[in-house]
Amino acid sequence: MGKIKMHRTTPSLDMTPMVDLGFLLVTFFMLTATAVPDEPVTVNTPSSASEIKIPETNILLLTISNDGRVFFSMDGKFHRQELLKKVGERYGIQFSEQDAARFGVMSSFGLPIGNLQEFINLPPEKRKEVNQPGIPVDSLNNQLKDWVIFARTTNPQLRIAIKGDGNADYPTVEKVMNTLVDNRINRFNLITNMEQAGTGAAAAEPAH
Amino acid sequence: MAEISQGGGGGSKDGKVRVKKSSTKIDMTPMVDLAFLLLTFFILTTTLNKPQTMELTMPEKEKEGDKPPEVNEKKVVTLILGPQDKIYWYVGITDPKVELTNFSKDGIRKILTSKDKEIPGMIILIKPGKESKYKNLVDILDEMTITSMKRFALVKITTADEDLVKESNL
Repeated sequence: MGKIKMHRTTPSLDMTPMVDLGFLLVTFFMLTATAVPDEPVTVNTPSSASEIKIPETNILLLTISNDGRVFFSMDGKFHRQELLKKVGERYGIQFSEQDAARFGVMSSFGLPIGNLQEFINLPPEKRKEVNQPGIPVDSLNNQLKDWVIFARTTNPQLRIAIKGDGNADYPTVEKVMNTLVDNRINRFNLITNMEQAGTGAAAAEPAH
Repeated sequence: MAEISQGGGGGSKDGKVRVKKSSTKIDMTPMVDLAFLLLTFFILTTTLNKPQTMELTMPEKEKEGDKPPEVNEKKVVTLILGPQDKIYWYVGITDPKVELTNFSKDGIRKILTSKDKEIPGMIILIKPGKESKYKNLVDILDEMTITSMKRFALVKITTADEDLVKESNL
C-alpha cells in the first residue's frame, strides 16, 4: 500500500502577476478618472433614444433646474478668465486678476452679474451654501445673452449644450432657447440620459 | 502573499564575517491591499456612460419683411403639448378636430406613423404649451427621431391654439 505523504510545507502561490495586473488597472483608472464638477443643483435629465455622445471639451453648458433657474458653465480656465473680464467690462464692473483667477477654476454659477464678485470671493466650501437665484433671462434684463455672446467671442469653437431638468417648465427653456436663437445660435445640443434601445420613449407609460 | 525575498538564511559561522545572509523578506501585503482598495474605488467611481445629446437645429430668426413659407394646410399636423404629459393634436388649420393622445407607444407614435402614410410630405408643428415640461419637449423630439420624421418645427403656441385646447374639453 502506498503511503500518502502529507505536505508539510505550505503551498506558496506566486501572486506577482496578479499584483502587477492590479497596479496596471489602478494606474489606468487613476489616469482616466475625471473629477466630477460639483454642481449647484442636481438635475435629472430626461432620457432619449439619441446616441450621440457629447464632446468633452469646448462646451458651454446651460443648466436649467427644475424650479427654472439658469446656470452657466464653460470649460477652459483661460477662456473663463477672459470671459469674466469681457462681461465685467460690459456691465462696468471691475474684476481684478485675482477674481479672474478664482473664476477660472470655479464650476457653474447662477447669479446676476452684480452679485458675482461677492460670490467669487467666498471660500469654495461657502459657495455651496449660497442659494443662487439663477442668471436673469428676462427680456428686460437678459444677462445670459451677454454671457453667451462673450463666451462665443472668447472661444469660437464652443458648442452650446442645454442640460435641463425633466420637470423644468417649458417657458423657461423657451426663454433660454430664444436667447440663443436671437443671437444666431441655431444649433445646440440637449443633454439627455441614455435609454435602452427598443424600450420606447421615456414617457412611454400613459399619462398619470 | 507577494513578497520580495533576498538572499538566504544564516548568520556568521566560525567567526568569519559573512556578507548579509539573513533573509530580508518585505511583507508586501499592506501595499497590495491598498492597491486593490484604490482599484476598487476607481472602478466604482468611474462613470462609463457619458451623457447623450440630442442635436437640435432651430430655424433662423425671421428678418423683418420675410414672409413665412406657405404650406398646404392639409399637410400640417399640429401637436400641442399640454399639462400632465398630454398631447393634443389635429390635422389642418381651419376648424380642426382636436384629439387627445399621450406619449405611449400606442399613442403619438402610432398616430405619427399612420398619418405619415396618409399624408405625403407631412409637416409637423410642435407647440409646447405653457404648462408643459422640458421632458415633454425632449420626448416629442425623440419621437420624431424614432419615427424618422424629417419635417417638423418647434413653434410658439398661440392663443388660438390654447382656445382650441380649451374648447375641446379633453
